[in-house]
Amino acid sequence: MATGPDRSNYLTTGRGVLSWLFTLDHKRIGVMYLVAITTSFFLGGVFALLVRTELLTPGQTIMTADAYNKMFTLHGAVMIFLFIIPGIPAALGNFVLPLMLGAKDVALPRLNLTSFWFWMIGAVFALVSIIVGAVDTGWTFYTPYSTTTGTAVISMTLGVFILGFSSIFTGLNFIVTIHKMRPEGMTWFRMPLFLWGLYSTAIIQVLATPVLGITLLLLVAERALGIGIFDPTLGGDPVLFQHFFWFYSHPAVYIMILPAMGVISELVSVFSGKHIFGYRFIAWSSIAIALLSFLVWGHHMFTSGQSGITNMIFSALTFSVAIPSAVKVFNWLATMYKGSIRLAAPMLYVLSFLFLFAIGGLTGLFLGALSTDIHLHDTYFVVAHFHYVMFGGTVIAFLGGLHYWWPKMFGRMYSERWAQLAALLVFVGFNLTFFTQFVMGSHGMPRRYYNYVEEFTTLHQASTVGSYVLALGFFIMAGYLLHSLVRGAPAPANPWGSATLEWETTSPPPAGNFDVELLAGDPYDLDALRYDPGVGGWVRKDPRSILVAAGGAG
Amino acid sequence: MNSTGLVQMLSVLAAGLPDDDGSSFWMPPQVSTVAQGVDWLFNFILAISVFFFLLIVVLMVIFVLRYRHREGESAEPSTSHNMALEVTWTAIPVVIVIVIFVFGFKGFLDMSTPPANAYEILVEGQKWSWTFTYPNGYVDSDLHVPVDRPVRLVMGSRDVIHSLYIPAFRVKMDVVPGRYSKAWFEATRPGEYDLFCAEYCGTSHSGMIAHVVVHPVGEFETWLEKASNFLDTMSPVDAGRKLFQVRGCQQCHSVDGSSKTGPTLLGVWGRPASFTDSSTTVVDENYIRQSILEPQARVVAGFEPVMPTYQGRLSDPEILAVIEYLKSLDAASSEE
Repeated sequence: MATGPDRSNYLTTGRGVLSWLFTLDHKRIGVMYLVAITTSFFLGGVFALLVRTELLTPGQTIMTADAYNKMFTLHGAVMIFLFIIPGIPAALGNFVLPLMLGAKDVALPRLNLTSFWFWMIGAVFALVSIIVGAVDTGWTFYTPYSTTTGTAVISMTLGVFILGFSSIFTGLNFIVTIHKMRPEGMTWFRMPLFLWGLYSTAIIQVLATPVLGITLLLLVAERALGIGIFDPTLGGDPVLFQHFFWFYSHPAVYIMILPAMGVISELVSVFSGKHIFGYRFIAWSSIAIALLSFLVWGHHMFTSGQSGITNMIFSALTFSVAIPSAVKVFNWLATMYKGSIRLAAPMLYVLSFLFLFAIGGLTGLFLGALSTDIHLHDTYFVVAHFHYVMFGGTVIAFLGGLHYWWPKMFGRMYSERWAQLAALLVFVGFNLTFFTQFVMGSHGMPRRYYNYVEEFTTLHQASTVGSYVLALGFFIMAGYLLHSLVRGAPAPANPWGSATLEWETTSPPPAGNFDVELLAGDPYDLDALRYDPGVGGWVRKDPRSILVAAGGAG
Repeated sequence: MNSTGLVQMLSVLAAGLPDDDGSSFWMPPQVSTVAQGVDWLFNFILAISVFFFLLIVVLMVIFVLRYRHREGESAEPSTSHNMALEVTWTAIPVVIVIVIFVFGFKGFLDMSTPPANAYEILVEGQKWSWTFTYPNGYVDSDLHVPVDRPVRLVMGSRDVIHSLYIPAFRVKMDVVPGRYSKAWFEATRPGEYDLFCAEYCGTSHSGMIAHVVVHPVGEFETWLEKASNFLDTMSPVDAGRKLFQVRGCQQCHSVDGSSKTGPTLLGVWGRPASFTDSSTTVVDENYIRQSILEPQARVVAGFEPVMPTYQGRLSDPEILAVIEYLKSLDAASSEE
């Protein structure tokens, strides 16, 4: 297979902005998504730093109460809807999924581009909302506050509505692609686990997102037309909104974490130099999480006044989700056992993930149990918990995946030394920012508070310092990744020794991905590879074993 | 060592020994009958969490050190699945979460079932203040309760969703417009504690704080009687000041000249005020009365029409007292 540096690839095939905006190439769409979501992450991060800075002192530090309320709302809305929901599936998933299948593209390339365009349109609505006065409802848009506040709620909710379509299209596309385009030899249980993650995510995207869309349309109808659905003064029921909202937004948590778990499954195997442990348990646990995720929304409402029996049922169902998550963690640990562990940057994120996700998952037990949740609900304990899952889980896995597939995406290696420093700063900064919030929360510090009682000052200040360390980590990361694009050493086809098919093409891949039709084997059979100092990367011991034309020697 | 002993040891390691008032590294003081039970479950889960967290992290570190990649070596051959092991580590968490669920549900039943003889106080939330109405009709902005007696709260909201949260009691319940929600507690130690709004409700959400005053045995009744007669025992100005403070006025109107959600009331008496419809009037008794009862009728220029009406919530003698208080603000400022 040709690996010459001057071979044309997907980045050089077609020039100019239009060749990107109207591309049907899943890799380019993935890269555009990557640029879009990292921009959103930066924006959401700036909002977060402003929030943390305001909380350096009780009372006013840098902004008014109204400005603060908008800042935390925008932080949440931008991070959730623009960054983390599309995050791994639309950016990494789009790039990797067809490559992992040995395919030329996703099944529905035009739908894929439409998804990106809908993301852009939704983002424009959100930006317009921010510019014309922002939103102060919290990202949850609880009624009747959201139907009575004077801020730009309609524009923001329409933005989220449109972003929902983007998410549905991506999910639909992935389901079709995985069903119809698996290569010869790839049975369901020979799929890379990242694809199981994307597949279970896609199920939730397709089934749950419409409910959010309907809910937000009802909200807009109430605000704009005065139709009473949620507002009690119009004959509506405000708690109904919470049921509708969480019917989507709790499964959405798993839209965020399932693909992250898929990334970790890939990384932990490759960097332990060992077959993944308990493949079937990991695969089934993804599906189990996806299905159970639809049945637990009521745990956001234990203090809402819903009946005791409802609380009991939702508490019990909530605990059931803990099981498949725990199973995955044990399987990842077992994969490391007797491995040959290389602490490259992606693996540092795996270790970081295991540490942080363990805390995020275990603190969920306090919130699933009814009597302790009554005390902890709507405090900083909850804020810390979901940041440990969303950031400690999803964002860390996203960063691990980004560092893992970066050479494939751009054909360049980044500085390992700087990458290790950034990973360390992110880990330390994150823990300082959010572990302090567990302690504040259990002591009764309510969330979304502009002002706070004096006893929390020290912990708030420690948390804010942590957020600056975290920001420094990301600043360094942006620096060495951008640097690698121009100065990075050329990446070999398979720099890590992975056995999945995306590493069988050049880095970066040509526009058509593969020159030949591939035959899939065990995606974790790392013994089939050997390090070749000549190319500086890994090659198959028997290159013919994965060629359909050769009849497959394996 | 038995398992209870292990749980205690782990939770002490993680949480530190509790202080005399029941507070610990993790928890505020325990001041209600349910607090101890909640904290016990918290510490139980904490012990389990610390155990599993250490298990995961210690194994991770050991594996990283023990199986670190060495040049020219690859992984030792080992099995890639083991049904017995995997079923075991699925089953153990199942048992643990069932136990936690049962304890949590039992605790919740205690917290949500008030005794029959509970003392009832009506609670109303509004942006951004609380009012507490006692059985004799007296209204206060702080929650006063007797020690060692069950108290039941019947709660409603005038605008958006609020949530009554008393960390020291481990009590939290949303206050939803259009329906009544209920909460109960029995305070176990006299003192003053924080009461927060826990459901985001707008600009001054974080200012929607009240105090819970737990009175020692026998002193609650005396307090209530004295407090209830304030219109008779206080001068109109003092009574007006009290009403101004406890009925939510001061959440939005300052008396020191600074603007909050509403205009300051310092030095407005007898002066002209201009309104959003460009009309003006001199602030007098009739204007103040209208502003209290029909706040949207004339809104001072530069402010939003957000004030709730006090129609039916303040009696005529009370409105008169407030008016006298506002006059006194003016007198005080003109003396300076």
